[in-house]
Amino acid sequence: MAGRYYEKRKLSSEIKKNEDEDGLSVSEVAQPEDPFKGSAPIPEERKSLYKRGKEFPVDGIKNKKLKGFLRNTKKRDKAAVNQAARYELLLTEEPGYIETEEGEATWEIKQREIADAADITSASKYFELRLDQFGPYSVDYTRNGRHLLIGGRRGHVAAFDWMAKKPMCEMNVMEAVNDVKWLHTENMFAVAQHRWTYIYDNQGIELHCLKRLDQTLKLDFLPYHFLLLAANARGFLQYLDISQGQIVSTINTKCGRLEVLCQNPANAVVLLGHYNGTVTMWSPNQKKPLVKMLSHKTALRSIAVDQTGNYLATSAQDRKLKIFDVRTFKSLHTWSVPAGASHLKFSQRGFLGASFQNVVEIYNNPCIQPPTNPYLTHKLKFPASDLDFCPYEDVLGVGCADGFVSLLVPGAGEPNYDSFESNPYRSKKQRKEWEVRALLEKIQPDMISLDPFQIARVDMATAEQLQKDKEERLGFKQESPKFEPRFKNKGRSKSGNVEKRKRKVRNEELRKKIRSEAEKNNANEAAESQMEANVITKPLEPKSALNRFKKKTK
Amino acid sequence: MKIKVLSRNPDDYQRETKLDIHKVYRNYNPALHPFEAPREYVRALNATKLERVFAKPFLASLNGHTDSVCCMCKHKQRLNTIFSGSCDGEIRQWTLTNQRCIRALPAHTGFVRGITCAPDGTTFISVGDDNTIKHWTTDALSEQSHNPLNTIVTKTLYTGIDHHWKEPIYATCGQTVDIWNDERSEPVKVYKWGTDSVNSISFNPVETNMCVSTVADRSIVLYDLRSSIPVNKVILKLRSNVVAWNPMEAFMFTAANEDHNLYTFDIRRLDFASNVHTDHADAVLDVDYAPTGKEFVSGSYDKSIRIFPVNGSRSREVYHTKRMQRVFTVKWSLDNRYILSGSDEMNIRLWKARAAEKLGRLAPREQAAADYNNKLKKKFAYHPQIKRISRHRHVPKTIYSILKEKRTIKDSMRRKEQNLRAHSKPGTVPHIPERAKHIVTTAIKDDDIDEEDSLV
Repeated sequence: MAGRYYEKRKLSSEIKKNEDEDGLSVSEVAQPEDPFKGSAPIPEERKSLYKRGKEFPVDGIKNKKLKGFLRNTKKRDKAAVNQAARYELLLTEEPGYIETEEGEATWEIKQREIADAADITSASKYFELRLDQFGPYSVDYTRNGRHLLIGGRRGHVAAFDWMAKKPMCEMNVMEAVNDVKWLHTENMFAVAQHRWTYIYDNQGIELHCLKRLDQTLKLDFLPYHFLLLAANARGFLQYLDISQGQIVSTINTKCGRLEVLCQNPANAVVLLGHYNGTVTMWSPNQKKPLVKMLSHKTALRSIAVDQTGNYLATSAQDRKLKIFDVRTFKSLHTWSVPAGASHLKFSQRGFLGASFQNVVEIYNNPCIQPPTNPYLTHKLKFPASDLDFCPYEDVLGVGCADGFVSLLVPGAGEPNYDSFESNPYRSKKQRKEWEVRALLEKIQPDMISLDPFQIARVDMATAEQLQKDKEERLGFKQESPKFEPRFKNKGRSKSGNVEKRKRKVRNEELRKKIRSEAEKNNANEAAESQMEANVITKPLEPKSALNRFKKKTK
Repeated sequence: MKIKVLSRNPDDYQRETKLDIHKVYRNYNPALHPFEAPREYVRALNATKLERVFAKPFLASLNGHTDSVCCMCKHKQRLNTIFSGSCDGEIRQWTLTNQRCIRALPAHTGFVRGITCAPDGTTFISVGDDNTIKHWTTDALSEQSHNPLNTIVTKTLYTGIDHHWKEPIYATCGQTVDIWNDERSEPVKVYKWGTDSVNSISFNPVETNMCVSTVADRSIVLYDLRSSIPVNKVILKLRSNVVAWNPMEAFMFTAANEDHNLYTFDIRRLDFASNVHTDHADAVLDVDYAPTGKEFVSGSYDKSIRIFPVNGSRSREVYHTKRMQRVFTVKWSLDNRYILSGSDEMNIRLWKARAAEKLGRLAPREQAAADYNNKLKKKFAYHPQIKRISRHRHVPKTIYSILKEKRTIKDSMRRKEQNLRAHSKPGTVPHIPERAKHIVTTAIKDDDIDEEDSLV
């Protein structure tokens, strides 16, 4: 039957005293008062982590429907933030730590002590590979922290599962190796060799030889855009889309040899450090740098950006380490170091690893306050040639001239991973599913900009603004719509005749504009001359020395 | 000194046997999920494209009639039964679960002008060109299924019929609007305003005493059964064919008009249309609301069906086939899933209300993914690329060229009006809103005024 399609809810006045909201009867004996009424409170710092953007003021809106809609969305957003903040209770792992007693200092603790104090699996994560034949090693971990790739300067390239100590491939490419980088999974990696860049399978089979990426000094990979970055010895920065195999953009930075490279993981912008102390930020859509920042007065040795994309650490020949805010480009902290740090790297929890010649120092949260002392130090026999923190593990991998050493850094790794982002314990099938999904969600390179949230914002560049820009460019208002001449028969509408007619109309309009502006100018001039005529000018008096005693009339 | 190094037990993170599901751990910290907005945008783009890929709305065609289908009626108690009447006087009862005809009745000689079903679902009533009103049983298996339960021979021709949603009362329209009682063979009440013939009639499902009719003098007349005279009248520029009431809002109705538009009115404010729905290329012949009250479907003389949102003026979907000719009648099924259209080529077509929807029971993960995709499409609906893809429909060349011409005509008329306004004294050329432009006048029936002195 027609009528109400829903059951009418009981008004609060209709709910009897003996029934609660669900209509269930409540006993008449007095219930004890709940001392902690309502849901548990959530601390504000935890909530602030999950908030996105400022709150939109709803009061000024007059449209009732829009106001109600925005109020509802605000309520839902708040509920979502609370729920995400509450979910932290369900996280299973805790981060690592070192608790010292009085008189002890964390930086005096040796790696051997940490390995002895930790459990057996963690102790096995501290190891050293003595490979002194093939030169200083570059180091790279996969995104899920499971596999390790090392490349020696004299051509030795090895990939293995470092936790299980299982080798995947080991070869000598018979050429100088400048840098090594894993691609999106542990199936492929790129090696920047002396002449060209090669892509290999994890079994060591050469898949591609990229002749366009020649003399590459540094490689980097943008995981959400599937872009391989190559910084050239001749100053070229190249982006290669590995899912399609095409070079998306080649930028001539005109800044000389590009040796210092770092990516901002929050917005996929590439930072380069130069010999004159400037840091430039690049995106594949522009041939000029997005930002040019003078950070030091001497040549930069290394730069690093943290995981959240908020802080930039730079180190130069002037033996200073600076922390900048990446969004406002302001210098936050500076402290002196024994030498310019040759390598800088941020861990997932904000620890900064720095290598000074043959000493590796790790700082505990240097972005929040400048450190007086390092958190941990380690002395190597030879200078360090590369640093990389292992994601989701408390491990720092250091490549040096005589091989590779894996150091334990309690508290560096994120303890709770998200299976949908990167899963260190994934099976083959899970990896395949993840790969397909990641390719479907690949972000196009033309969305790379300084603010990644731009796409979700309202586009304020309205048609009027675009019109204004056009006016400025052309010098006059193009108010009239496009003139389309009427089609004439008997061959009178040949393309030449049509163009003639269009030109006549265009010139006529321009003439009209110029005439009206000239008239305006004439009118202005006439008004001005009239004003001048109205002003009575006083005749000049001869100057005398006694002028200063005359009374000054206002 | 206490040292703790992060170490995980692999057994906690990997499944024990192949028959288990994989263990999934979540961490909602935004630092672990960069590029939220661009990734959501890419997902929305993919969802929109997939929606176009899976948009296959046509389900089945019900064959059997030997002349064009001119009226249809839904069974008020069952979801799978439909009655349809054709121009050769045949009424067929169809079951939609098997897509078969279960009963064919040679009901009238001449057109079947209207069919309506009683609210208790036991009988349905048909009216035809042979001046008869026939009551039939809806049960196809009973002994009386082949003969009418009751036949009333009338003096005048009736062109439409509709049943009250609660009481055993039905109304027919022809020269006047007659209110009948189920047991009587003479009309109980007669309403008349003006001298023109009444084309169609429709009862309000919520405010059950109200009904509305469309008259040949381009007007829409409102009646209340509790009064003895009609209540109100609105006159448009062209004649309306059919009116449908909104099943969720007691006071809103939509009229399908000859000037290719549909007008939604609020009965409290008949001088200003609540909405003007344009998109058809020819006269709109039928309209029916979805049970949610948020959308309606319209069938038109231009061989297409369009689905409009109630609060928007452009259609969100258009259905057409080469085989489907002039659409005379459309119905939206009461489970909000299907649309039925009866047309000139003797077929009734069954369509999906949402073209890309997967029918049947979805697994919880499927449902969750579908909900997520729908929400994403809504969130990014105004982005130019996504809007362009989701709006794109292929439309037959005749309709495309007619709509293009209408657009140029509208633009040129707007330009001329602007020029006129620019060259006249300010205030002499007023802005008339679109919703008031198509209405000529309204008239409230006063008791004093004699029915002979018609106001228009």
